[in-house]
Amino acid sequence: MDRLKNLSRASKDNLITYAMVIVAFVVMQALASMHAISSSMIGLLVPITAYICLAISLNLVVGISGELSLGHAGFMSVGAFTGLVAAHILAPMVANDGLRLMLSMVVAGGFAALAGVLVGIPVMRLQGDYLAIVTLAFGEIIKNLLNNLYVGFDGALHFSMKDTTSLGMNGGKVLINGPQGAVGIDKLSTFTAGFLLVLFTLFVVTNLVDSRSGRAIMAVRDNRIAAESVGIDTTKYRLMAFVVAAALAGMAGALYAMNFSSIVPKKFDFNTSILILVFVVLGGMGNIRGGIISAALLTILPEKLRFIGDFRMLIYAVVLICVMLFSNNAAVRMAIDGLRERFTRKDDDAALADDVKGGGAHA
Amino acid sequence: MGFITNLINGISLGSVYAIIALGYTMVYGIAKMLNFAHGDVIMVGGYICFIAMFNLGLPPIVAVLLSIVGCTCLGIVVERLAYKPLREAPSLAVLITAIGVSYFLQNSALLIWGADPKAFRSVVDLPSIKLFGGQLTVSPISIVTVLACVVIMVGLTLFTSRTKMGKAMRACSEDKGAAQLMGINVNTTISMVFAIGSGLAAIAGVLLCSTYPTLMPTTGSLPGIKAFTAAVIGGIGSIPGAALGGILLGIIEIFAKAYIGTQLADAIVFAVLIVVLLIRPAGLLGKEIHEKV
Repeated sequence: MDRLKNLSRASKDNLITYAMVIVAFVVMQALASMHAISSSMIGLLVPITAYICLAISLNLVVGISGELSLGHAGFMSVGAFTGLVAAHILAPMVANDGLRLMLSMVVAGGFAALAGVLVGIPVMRLQGDYLAIVTLAFGEIIKNLLNNLYVGFDGALHFSMKDTTSLGMNGGKVLINGPQGAVGIDKLSTFTAGFLLVLFTLFVVTNLVDSRSGRAIMAVRDNRIAAESVGIDTTKYRLMAFVVAAALAGMAGALYAMNFSSIVPKKFDFNTSILILVFVVLGGMGNIRGGIISAALLTILPEKLRFIGDFRMLIYAVVLICVMLFSNNAAVRMAIDGLRERFTRKDDDAALADDVKGGGAHA
Repeated sequence: MGFITNLINGISLGSVYAIIALGYTMVYGIAKMLNFAHGDVIMVGGYICFIAMFNLGLPPIVAVLLSIVGCTCLGIVVERLAYKPLREAPSLAVLITAIGVSYFLQNSALLIWGADPKAFRSVVDLPSIKLFGGQLTVSPISIVTVLACVVIMVGLTLFTSRTKMGKAMRACSEDKGAAQLMGINVNTTISMVFAIGSGLAAIAGVLLCSTYPTLMPTTGSLPGIKAFTAAVIGGIGSIPGAALGGILLGIIEIFAKAYIGTQLADAIVFAVLIVVLLIRPAGLLGKEIHEKV
């Protein structure tokens, strides 16, 4: 108990986040086993966990490191497709599905980290909106390259940028078929695996933030020149945040892809990057718990709005605009503060009135 | 002749990008925001022109004017309702709002006009021009597009350098606080920029749909992103830069499609952006700002 009391505020905050994730998992798992939630909701469970991981990892770039990245889905897709290939190759060697998923996620994370380094080195030379547009460009380039990539496996891997016939395969299976993407995926992802990945992502990001490197990253965010002048290698720390986020996004991508029987490169376009960014901004930049909550709510919201049919995305857009307007508007903020003050004063007045009445009765 | 045909197509597509990029660059220059909804204004402009021409049977010139007026109003309304309340907010909040507006416009178009593509007919109903004994065909819409781009370029340059409003715009983009102290109405100026940008987007929409005649709720998004890329290549905030970047991008895209492959053309366009920014971080004609402690 004493140890719990002596924890720093940041660690307490992290504990609350972990507890929230664990409770949510247990509740959802219980509800699912009691058939208390609809099948469409159950279908959403793995995507929700994947989006939560993406939101946490993007928060590391946008919130903690302070760089606007508009190409996060690119790393997700690198992870998704390398993960699928790894899972297929590992199939005869690893019998256990959970272990196979884990190993493929590690491969996916590795390749996404590699992509993160390759993209990050040029990107980190830029700042602000220019950095944002270049990450957007890289996201689109990754999508276009994957749209032209053909990969087959017949005991050895075959690659082509032209078509499936030029793969030159002897039997085997075409794993990635250009714009058609991957089909016949082994659905290895489970809600439990997603939950464990969320915990892992949380663990990596919270520990990074609370470390010496994390403090350096935030120092660079708050004042780059001041950080540089005390001897912090700004490029190194910005790149570190970027690459770690890319690796985590790749793992989430692998989880996401292996939840479906087929997946196309077009799924991971600019709109998906924006979707993840919306989670982060609505949850509050740098606020990891907020990002988790908004990722979960905003993935469920369009599903729950399905009954209004075509109006669903319109409502989503209106909600998005209104939330931004209300949470950032000075007048609204002042009005809320004013209301709060008024209510508290009313309470005070009521208490005062009670006192007076009470006094009267005594007399 | 194939080379010249491609070059003409490239310049024509580039002129459309340039017109869109001008809108982007002006809004960025003054409001310092990435207006992701700009591409969707193009689409709305296309639809207004389509409805006016084919459903109401108005002559093309009236339809184009109607489309410009409609988009200008749309731009002003969007600015008033969505962006003006956020003038003091962090830039990311404005960005997300712009994305919200973009979703809103796309989905409204989807509800009003449906998802199936509309076949747009060119607003310029003239026969193609044949040169060199029929070896080279130039479509009249290409000529109109390039002319429109030149006229808009010259007009905007004169407007920003000669008129009082133009000077106010430049003052606001340099220092809003100081401009306000000099008696410039910053809010009106920003509204004006949005109005001009959206009007240009309408023209671009009509020209784009006349050249590539399919009109869908998502028609504007990719040209919007590419025009934004063009604005950044040219140096965002600079009017000649936007035109230069747009035309360069159009030529590169058409040549990449012709000689390398349709699928990879977009990747090449974005790769050019990255290379340009690595060599000149402020774009081709952008001002380099040195940070001070």
